[in-house]
Amino acid sequence: MEFKLNIGPSDSGERVLPMAEDVLYDVIIVGGGPAAQTAAVYCMRKGVSTGLITMDFGGQLSDTSDIENYMGYRYITGVELASKFREQVRQFEIAVLEGKKAVSIEDGREKTVRLEDGSAFKARTLIVTTGKSWRRLGVPGETELTGKGVAYCAICDAPLFAGKRVIVVGGGNSGIESAIDLAKIAEHVTVIQFLADLTADKILIDAFKAYTNTTVLYEHEVAEIKGVQQVESVIVKSRTDGSVTEIKVQGIFIEIGLVPNTSMVKDLLDLNEFGEINVDCACRTSRPGIFAAGDVSSVPFKQIIIAAGEGAKAALSACEYVLRES
Amino acid sequence: MAIFDDKVRKQIGDNLAKLTEKVHLLYFTQELECGICKETHEFLKEFTSLNDKIGLTVFDFVKDRDKAAHYKVDKIPAIVVLDKSDNDTRMRFFGLPGGYEINSFIQSIFEASGLKEMLPAKAAEALKKINKDIHLQVFISLTCPYCPTAVSAAHRIALESPRVRADMVDAGTFPQLAVKYNVSSVPKTVINETIEIIGAEPVEKLIEALAKA
Repeated sequence: MEFKLNIGPSDSGERVLPMAEDVLYDVIIVGGGPAAQTAAVYCMRKGVSTGLITMDFGGQLSDTSDIENYMGYRYITGVELASKFREQVRQFEIAVLEGKKAVSIEDGREKTVRLEDGSAFKARTLIVTTGKSWRRLGVPGETELTGKGVAYCAICDAPLFAGKRVIVVGGGNSGIESAIDLAKIAEHVTVIQFLADLTADKILIDAFKAYTNTTVLYEHEVAEIKGVQQVESVIVKSRTDGSVTEIKVQGIFIEIGLVPNTSMVKDLLDLNEFGEINVDCACRTSRPGIFAAGDVSSVPFKQIIIAAGEGAKAALSACEYVLRES
Repeated sequence: MAIFDDKVRKQIGDNLAKLTEKVHLLYFTQELECGICKETHEFLKEFTSLNDKIGLTVFDFVKDRDKAAHYKVDKIPAIVVLDKSDNDTRMRFFGLPGGYEINSFIQSIFEASGLKEMLPAKAAEALKKINKDIHLQVFISLTCPYCPTAVSAAHRIALESPRVRADMVDAGTFPQLAVKYNVSSVPKTVINETIEIIGAEPVEKLIEALAKA
């Protein structure tokens, strides 16, 4: 039995404050992953008043199983590293609002972050570190059947498909990792790959090929997911000859990578061709006083250590801006 | 058989050192313990040995059926959380809260001991208006990083409102229930057998959903 403990020491030494609507913060950080938390520590050490708004602390870090490339730890689990980050943030008198989703940002001398529940918070500068989320297919049936056979988290939901027939969409690392997890327990796994080859690392492809209860459909895409209460079948289409096949399955795992969470800033900030927020080498966006860092930004390579470093940079840029403008 | 390795044992022990008031756990199992019942029993023995503020009483699901009925325990392994005065907090765990779920288990024990943040005023108001009995069942898998949040939200509401009881149900330990409630994605919260919520929702959202049950 494994225990994935990530609950931190919650009271002793914790000095976190609630966020207030009538305070003008120097910096508000939107997001809770490695970039956000590193930015928080840097801002607090610089002595600027700081607020942090996030749905949950940890971001993608919390669902990463093993980490072997974050310096200082030869090996650490994602939850452990996330809990260490969180502890380091919560030793400061930082204002935190957790479990709330920011929906829009308004620019001006004072910048406003509006939340889903109608509340709004103001700051001189903003750091956007909203990270990425799973990409959806965007085909009929996907939304209606999410949680009813359409799944995005293989480590969460694979055990529920023991003895069933499933599809995995995506032939990259996450797709093939999921296909392996599922092949261990499902009756049969069909991988739908857009390209003519699998793009996963060779070591994963070799492990995947050891299973005999699998099929790969190359150069195919999903056209529709069908079912009433539960997924019953998936319509796939060949990208070479346009032919259409209906595959009877009880589940479909969608593993086609990530999209940046930019819905609240897409009309305000410049985005690149991948929908990421364009930043310069100091994490400045197209609007003065608004900074971005981590996976949501255009910085190349999405890594924990890079996100953390970018968070530090964004914080120092924001602090400099606060000093200069006030 | 040691359930925790030294590192985890120390981490849990350090966490539990913050407990202020006593918490009393009731464990329902049976004389001839099934594999998972035995493992859960070991887990609880070891867990409760880490801090003397946590008490453990073991009941037999068959012989103590009046106790089981009183605490609405209809399957085992089951853990019921009582506060320092042995009042039912209406927070239950069906299955072994291992994997990621150790976090919701510790969280519930903290909250039963009085270590909790205030509910937002609006949510507390809405919860007071609930005038019927509510049963929340949160289906989880032990490998799901998002599930503890859903369990803690349901448990938090149960702790605040005498009309609400909330169960963590491990889909892996109770596959027949996973089939009955069509669980193909976790976390999944079933409210009074009728309303289903997929994914982890914050406490406020969950309270809104209760109003419709």
